[in-house]
Amino acid sequence: MSSRSSGWVNKARAVLVKDIRTELRTRYSLNALFMFAFTTLVVVSFSLGQASLGPSILAALYWIVIFFASMSALAGVFIKEEDTKTAQTLKLYARPSVIYTGKLIYNIILLLLLCLLVTPLFVILMRVDVPDLSLFIVVILLGAIGLAGATTLIGAIVSKANVRGALFAVLSFPILLPLLVAAIGGTQAALADDGWVGAANDIKLLIAYAVIMIAISVVLFDFVWNG
Amino acid sequence: MIGVSLEVAGLRKEFGERKVINGLSFSISSPGSLGVTGHNGSGKSTLMKLLSRIEYATAGKITLKDGEHEISPENYIGYLKMVAPEMALYEMLTGYENLQFFARLVDVEWSRERADRVLERVGLAGRGDDMVGGYSSGMKQRLKYAVALLPEPKVLLLDEPTSNLDEQGKAIVRSIMAEQQRENILIVATNEAEDLESVQQVIRLGE
Repeated sequence: MSSRSSGWVNKARAVLVKDIRTELRTRYSLNALFMFAFTTLVVVSFSLGQASLGPSILAALYWIVIFFASMSALAGVFIKEEDTKTAQTLKLYARPSVIYTGKLIYNIILLLLLCLLVTPLFVILMRVDVPDLSLFIVVILLGAIGLAGATTLIGAIVSKANVRGALFAVLSFPILLPLLVAAIGGTQAALADDGWVGAANDIKLLIAYAVIMIAISVVLFDFVWNG
Repeated sequence: MIGVSLEVAGLRKEFGERKVINGLSFSISSPGSLGVTGHNGSGKSTLMKLLSRIEYATAGKITLKDGEHEISPENYIGYLKMVAPEMALYEMLTGYENLQFFARLVDVEWSRERADRVLERVGLAGRGDDMVGGYSSGMKQRLKYAVALLPEPKVLLLDEPTSNLDEQGKAIVRSIMAEQQRENILIVATNEAEDLESVQQVIRLGE
């Protein structure tokens, strides 16, 4: 690796480490994410009682919990910088691509932690049988990366606005719809034991979504951050 | 030896219908200093943001040169630092952690000794392990100077340089200003006459 690119990686890592360190001290996003996910799961499982749900409904429920829990926290990485007036300082010290990469990896880690907590709880509380565990895990990983990629950029756009909550929901819905449809389809295939062939189209869409969304975000982030 | 030079030509900044800066031109070379003064709302802080590329001009050109070589705007990071009231540091990090974070972002080799030297320079010796959220407003202002001085910037922009500082803090900042303009470029935006005493030229905005 050249010294220039290793320098770039080290700077993105510095942004990531800074965000993890401040989050571990405030627990602002972690608490919001986990409490929302836990509460939703418990309420849904109590409401359903002994009712047996099919794979399509279970898959939709799983991604609804992940989607709404992530909405409560992922935009926070940029909103915090704007609210605490550190965004301008950061602009003077780092290139936009460095900041975006650090924040994106932070959001991916946050989302994977959420999935790590929610998935076993979901399986236990909803009495879900997972016949194809490897497919289930791959779909969750790809879905989480795509979700983090899109919400990181949307979070940066929203942080500049006054009516953040409403704008985040309005912007997120159309952008995240294709991802959620593919993630629900892939999860359904894993729960119904349709195998990798049955989930092939959804997995292709999830990979394409994540790659396109992250590539577009890298290009657009300069304009959003400096706008 | 030709040092760093900054040239501003026909700079204009508008917020909607309101013209804040209208056709400003000046140039400054190292070693040198410039004071910017004017009534509240005359565009002093806006000018500092335009020079540091935190904001973009409506029209006009800002050229930063290192010798004969023109620096592209994305490389200003390596040349220019600013201390301003609206630029905060991370309150949930310690003084050392803030210094380390910003040092890594600008490729400055990090060491406790180097951090201690710069903390001592701004009168914060022994406070590096304290959380910034627990600092007084004057201490936060001093830490901003420590962060800005760590990479030894060729161009230092100071907006309201002595706000929140006690007499000792003001004396420290004035010695930093004197040192900066001896070898590099210093641009100060203020209405404090004492802060402008040592600068070589002064421009007045809003007239």
